[in-house]
Amino acid sequence: MSSLIPEFGWADMSEPLSWAAIFGLMAKQFWPVWVALAVTFALSFRFKRRLGLYGKLFDSPVAIVGFAIVMFWVFTAIFANVIMTFDPLAQLGSVKNPLPGAVVPDGVEGQYKWFLLGGDHLARDVFSRMVMGARQVLIIAPAATTFAFLVGITLGLPAGYIGGRLDTALSFLANLVLAFPVILLFYLLVTPEIRNTGIPVVLAAVLFLIPIAFFAILFQSRFHTSPNKRNLYVGITLVLGLWAYSGLAFNADPLGVWGMDPNLLNVFVSVVFVNAPTVFRIVRGIVMDIKSRDYVAAGQTRGEKAWYIMLWEILPNARGPLIVDYCLRIGYTTILLGTLGFFGLGVTPESPDWGSTINAGRKLLSMVPHPAVVPALALMSLVLGLNLLADGLREESLKD
Amino acid sequence: MLAFVIRRLGVMLVTALVLTFVVFYLTNLAPNLEKLARSEGSVRMTDAAVASWLDEHGHTGSVFYRYAEWLGAAPGWVRTDEKGVTRGLCIGQRDDPALAPKRCGIFQGNWGFSTVFKKTVLYSLGKSMAATGWLMLAVMLVMVPIALVIGVLAGMREGSRTDRVLSTFSIATSATPEYVSGVILVALLASPATGLSPLLAQWGWIGKKTLFMGTATSAMDHITFWNFGLPVATIALYGVGYIARMTRASMTEVMTQQYIRTARLKGVSFRQVVLRHALRNAMIAPFTVIMLQFPYLLNGVVITETLFNYKGFGWMLVTAAGNNDIEMLLGASVVAVIFVLLTQLISDIGYVFLNPRIRLG
Repeated sequence: MSSLIPEFGWADMSEPLSWAAIFGLMAKQFWPVWVALAVTFALSFRFKRRLGLYGKLFDSPVAIVGFAIVMFWVFTAIFANVIMTFDPLAQLGSVKNPLPGAVVPDGVEGQYKWFLLGGDHLARDVFSRMVMGARQVLIIAPAATTFAFLVGITLGLPAGYIGGRLDTALSFLANLVLAFPVILLFYLLVTPEIRNTGIPVVLAAVLFLIPIAFFAILFQSRFHTSPNKRNLYVGITLVLGLWAYSGLAFNADPLGVWGMDPNLLNVFVSVVFVNAPTVFRIVRGIVMDIKSRDYVAAGQTRGEKAWYIMLWEILPNARGPLIVDYCLRIGYTTILLGTLGFFGLGVTPESPDWGSTINAGRKLLSMVPHPAVVPALALMSLVLGLNLLADGLREESLKD
Repeated sequence: MLAFVIRRLGVMLVTALVLTFVVFYLTNLAPNLEKLARSEGSVRMTDAAVASWLDEHGHTGSVFYRYAEWLGAAPGWVRTDEKGVTRGLCIGQRDDPALAPKRCGIFQGNWGFSTVFKKTVLYSLGKSMAATGWLMLAVMLVMVPIALVIGVLAGMREGSRTDRVLSTFSIATSATPEYVSGVILVALLASPATGLSPLLAQWGWIGKKTLFMGTATSAMDHITFWNFGLPVATIALYGVGYIARMTRASMTEVMTQQYIRTARLKGVSFRQVVLRHALRNAMIAPFTVIMLQFPYLLNGVVITETLFNYKGFGWMLVTAAGNNDIEMLLGASVVAVIFVLLTQLISDIGYVFLNPRIRLG
């Protein structure tokens, strides 16, 4: 497919590349990302007045830059197979830490000819590992953040709305987790020994049940007056939810579609566990503010049930700050996942995710920095993009 | 005020007990204890031998009771083996069992013995915490003034070019976790192969191979700018952005207040308004943020000390956790938990103290 774009004439086949050539060839390698970005931006600008908050993003330069960086990595993750030049696990030759632009030794016909960004201590291609790492990070970080949000919202709504003993108990639990130094928690929760005791599975069993409960209550509270619709929506939720639940939490999906590597489950659960209390506190604070509004009082006077008011009246009105925090939190989760990788916790050593690549590269950091610097810059740019996006969103949502 | 502090202290105590119990439970899981038995006894022990080793060393029985023993709230275990030698938690190698105290745990000052460092936990903790103390002090001295200045400069004229530039800078630093900034700083300033150092050495501006040192191990003995600069910068950089953004938010809010406008209309110069009227009111929120930043600093300290091989609290925590050093890890987590809870308490009290509008019943 890359033959769509003409070869660079100045890239000689047997010489190491200059930096200009490296950047040129990298830009070429990323062509699906550029196409996808161009299409996304063209469509978004064309229809921006019809797209609500998403469209408003394109009024703020900060948000545009942030969105562009984030989408760059999202498309990189999607098209990783096309972009990468080598198998991220393949060891190419016996020279350790080849420099950026070095020629791959005894290249086979049809194989890529250079280490674009150099190789690591096992002569694996740093560029391909960075690209594949984007996929790993962008699958786990948003998913873990979404789960943390669902857990935080499901517990934070009643804590803020009903208050009383429920609030005291839940807040105490949340503060308990928050008072735990994150690193210590990771070192205790993400170990092979813990996996044998089954604690992650128990935690997963509890944490993963909450999103199912969230959607079941969401539809039940809305449609309980029309049983047909209610049965349909709640039924779909329960069937899909419990199916995924059996696979993700217990690795016992009868059809084998859902499943999670035990290592990954451990990491996933720990990250959700660390993030959920903060979301809980934010939701609780917003709910306590909103519940004194007139429209909530009107709902109560109409005789609406507590869960209907929480989920269909308060939650939609709390979306602004929650969306902003969601963006920031994906960035924070990315940092947390990187921290786990940096300490070599819960991931296999050959995993191309950015944290473990930085960890592997730091041993020879002062001699050959490129194996560690490349994933470090990648991680930084993704988090920066998310932070800029959140900042732009906040500004735009404050305008109305 | 007093009632508030007492209530907070009560909650804190309960939190500390629950958290230390969780740590105790997680470090004393069966697989960890088995590993301990094999590393302390012999690697080739049979399962039965492991079980009897664990029993002889007081690792059997209810986890609640063992936790109480460790705390020093319950009498320590005493075992007499078939040779008639009596050993126990509170009985040293040579002490007479009859003279030994009944309880000995955290409360009595017996924090246990580190299997990795071959020293008592209290000794190792004290040494490593002193090292981390210097690091934290340096970080605070660098981070807080820079962050406050950036925040105030950005916040005093919202939307100006200065504001845009400084805000972008703060966002960028808060997107750079320690393991990223550390790696980049080393590559730029402490690598003989890349970055600035080869250039400087070539020009003859520096006598050594690198500008800064890539490890901070030598800072354990004497701290210099060149061996301590990078670790301090690494931790400070991540914190600066966050504190600066909070200061900016607080400053912009104060600058829209009526009394600022009044002062400006009276003809007070902008400089005077910022220094005399705005600054004090804008400092309340950042104080809380700075105090609450300490737990995150702990995170950064662990990463940075590992990266720069500085043998402080964080390095020790990682080493203890990696080598199944149960008593050391427990001691370290007691310190960490108390540290986090104390900063929360100080931030709460300080907030009330600084802000006269908040009254506590």
